[in-house]
Amino acid sequence: MEYANLRRQAASLKRSLFDQVEDLQDEASPNFAEEVVSLFFKDSARLVANIEQAMEKYPGDFNRWDAHMQQLKGSCFSIGASKMNNECTSFRNSCGQENAEGCRKSFQKVKREHAILRQKLESYFQLLRQAGPARTATRSGGK
Amino acid sequence: MMSCKGLGGEGSAAAAAALPHVLAVDDSSVDRAVISGILRSSKFRVTAVDSGKRALELLGSEANVSMIITDYWMPEMTGYELLKKVKESSKLKGIPVVIMSSENVPTRITRCMEEGAEDFLLKPVQPSDVSRLCNRVLR
Repeated sequence: MEYANLRRQAASLKRSLFDQVEDLQDEASPNFAEEVVSLFFKDSARLVANIEQAMEKYPGDFNRWDAHMQQLKGSCFSIGASKMNNECTSFRNSCGQENAEGCRKSFQKVKREHAILRQKLESYFQLLRQAGPARTATRSGGK
Repeated sequence: MMSCKGLGGEGSAAAAAALPHVLAVDDSSVDRAVISGILRSSKFRVTAVDSGKRALELLGSEANVSMIITDYWMPEMTGYELLKKVKESSKLKGIPVVIMSSENVPTRITRCMEEGAEDFLLKPVQPSDVSRLCNRVLR
């Protein structure tokens, strides 16, 4: 029961993180959310590439892998990318256990969630643009 | 006493210059954008930099910083190290420093507060956190 309650609370918080970013939009910054998301994808693409390179060039260097993933996890957290954030956590847990296979599996999931998130958010903002300025304040639902 | 809501009339350079100036420090471009957005929506003038080193460079040349808000974990110089340098400086030690972190580590929080941090905020920072800070710190 307690776990179910906590999960519900966590779900609403995760939704609200992206909502908060959207709430910062105003006349001076009408595209703030899209700008932040764009920054996220630019940053996260670089961080994913860094992790991939680190795993290749420094096999077994879990501290290095973890340090890179910590940065990516931070960005995911900030925009409410909860599924990606969870996979980053799994990766970091595997680093802590020095479990290279676990890291590889988690990393594949991180990349998959990254691609899904990009697709969802691109569609979302495309819809907003098509809807026009009168509907920019309306949220289209979950991401 | 400077109002947290500022003096209004953001089109005026003089009015903008009169707003409290906050220096935001974070190596993450996403987090810099978000904290800057929150601070600007609370009517602060914001300068955002990506490292403790750049923060110190700016503090050396910019006399009018009302508050520093910095991420804890940053490469090369952590927010804690930046806090220490600010508090060791006779010129800068009066500037309130707020630390942000996505990790709730009690020993980390204690260490920062003992070093003179004004507050320790858990990320994601909320607009209500900034309002609370404004009321307490920037009087």
